[in-house]
Amino acid sequence: MSTTAVEATTGVNYLNAKYGIRSWLFTTDHKRIALLYLVSITFFFLIGGAAAVLMRLHLIEPQGALLEPATYNKMFSMHGIIMVFFFLIPSIPAVMGNFLVPMMVGARDLAFPRVNLLSWYIYILGGLFTLYAILAGGVDTGWTFYTPLSTTYANGQVMAAALGIFITGFSSILTGLNFVVTIHKMRAPGLTWFRLPLFIWAMYATSIIQILGTPVVAIAIVLVGLERLLHVGIFDPALGGDPILFQHLFWFYSHPAVYIMILPSMGVVSELITCFSKKRIFGYSFIAFSSVAIAVISFLVWGHHMFVSGQSVYAGLVFSALSFAVAIPSAIKVFNWTATLYKGSVSYQAPMLYALGFIGLFTMGGLTGLFLASLATDIHLHDTYFVIAHFHYIMVGGALMGYLGGLHFWWPKMTGRLYPDGWARFSALVIFIGFNLTFFPQFMLGYLGMPRRYAVYPPEFQVLNVMSSAGASILGVGYLIPLVYFIWSMRYGPVAGPNPWGAKGLEWETPSPPPTENFEELPIVEEEAYAYGVKEARVV
Amino acid sequence: MSPHIIPKRTYFLIFAALIGLTALTTYAATVDLGRLNTVIALLIAACKGSLVALFFMHLRWSGRLTQIVAVAALFWLAILLALTLSDYRTRRWTPAAEGWATSSNQFNR
Ligand SMILES: [Cu+2]
Repeated sequence: MSTTAVEATTGVNYLNAKYGIRSWLFTTDHKRIALLYLVSITFFFLIGGAAAVLMRLHLIEPQGALLEPATYNKMFSMHGIIMVFFFLIPSIPAVMGNFLVPMMVGARDLAFPRVNLLSWYIYILGGLFTLYAILAGGVDTGWTFYTPLSTTYANGQVMAAALGIFITGFSSILTGLNFVVTIHKMRAPGLTWFRLPLFIWAMYATSIIQILGTPVVAIAIVLVGLERLLHVGIFDPALGGDPILFQHLFWFYSHPAVYIMILPSMGVVSELITCFSKKRIFGYSFIAFSSVAIAVISFLVWGHHMFVSGQSVYAGLVFSALSFAVAIPSAIKVFNWTATLYKGSVSYQAPMLYALGFIGLFTMGGLTGLFLASLATDIHLHDTYFVIAHFHYIMVGGALMGYLGGLHFWWPKMTGRLYPDGWARFSALVIFIGFNLTFFPQFMLGYLGMPRRYAVYPPEFQVLNVMSSAGASILGVGYLIPLVYFIWSMRYGPVAGPNPWGAKGLEWETPSPPPTENFEELPIVEEEAYAYGVKEARVV
Repeated sequence: MSPHIIPKRTYFLIFAALIGLTALTTYAATVDLGRLNTVIALLIAACKGSLVALFFMHLRWSGRLTQIVAVAALFWLAILLALTLSDYRTRRWTPAAEGWATSSNQFNR
């Protein structure tokens, strides 16, 4: 307490309290660990992005403009593995969740600070294995590692890449565990469950998936290893196994994993929409419980990836019906955000542009998911570019837009500096346009029958492919602009002050950047979340 | 919930039980019981898992919330098994693919 009191009067904060590389590598401060994650996932994002650039350049010509077909296979595998496991899954939880969960619940740190640091080291170790796999020759299985390709036929560094994912999974489990315990046990006095920010509800639902789902993909990877190295018959029919069993185990985790990516973004969007319409959220408990409902239902739908795999059609019927059920809580969120905007005093600063972009793109991604959840249409659309477009609308248009919106929203809190708002709005617009130009043509390509994961295509698909590649280059520029002005702002940006947006929430009641122990005195909460238009919070 | 102190004796007894059950698993694997072999192996494994969770991991003396978390994990395992079996149990309900045979015969003609 006393150190924090001193810090508050002297302008000492978590960034300048200690210096030197050791003070970062051995820190247990959740805010510093968040920044360690931020730097690491940005690094992986750039690698995964580079792979995407090469793929889109290659697909400018029907016969392929750039790569050998085998290299192309390695590129899309690398893009998928890195973007899913090393960027999207850790993105909002490990960066913003780490930074914000303790602050939003009014605590000085997470429940297990050392476990938190451990999770970053585990992530880095898994990342190193995956980087080794890429440098030592790459993998061509796609990010899905389907058997029998991955067990019997695939060349390359399948085991190194799989081991990297196996290891990184534990970092994800530990992060989820830390959040669940913190949210249960460390809420400030007066901060009841229904006064929690919706970002916390979203992180809680995400953590449940991380804890319950990740072990299953770890088991699936171990079984692939056992079969590859010791020829234990799990997936190979010649040894008495079943290749489709791998898909069951893989998608039991990997479908919910999509919600590990999108639920945190939904939490961010709830914060942004209320702040920039200066209005309390419409239907708080509906949004809160829809997060939990999405987390639970997400575990019941995985078979929709397997309609044409040889899975029983009767199981397919059940999985199809359950998949449609996910649309209900998703729609509840979208309608409630829209209702929150109604009669609010809406301002269009950069974070809000990302939030509005999220709502539109996520809705398109979600609705096209219904085409894929229908048994009959999926037969036609399965493994085409329609699927690629659909899940990029969810994972890039949804998850990544939410991540960027959150980063723009909390950047002043994390660094104490403002970035140039004009440039930020411009880049939000560039990203929105670039994204749609990249992926909307892919819906058409898929509908017309272009399969995914091919290095060549018939000449009649060229126009749409060139459009998509042009969009990808615009999108790439849109991502590089924030990288430049964020780095610029750390040194030259105007000082932000504790609450530049006039936002509600405990994290805004402490200086920016926050002191090492977050709060000079632990807050006592006496009002609901998003009490915009209500008198200032009284902190006793 | 102050940490519960458990006598060392309990730990050693549980450890002995786990070793004993391991020996039993090994022995059971040498006897041919048909389909029952798998069932017995899984039952013994479940007993061992429960002992570890209840005593070594202190679940027996933990608060309600912790116990609910453990039961939830089992519930999720049940989801995994039930929906996976919904595929394996019904896969052969579909009429045999005679159509394929005829059409390939047509090609041969
Ligand atoms: Cu899915």
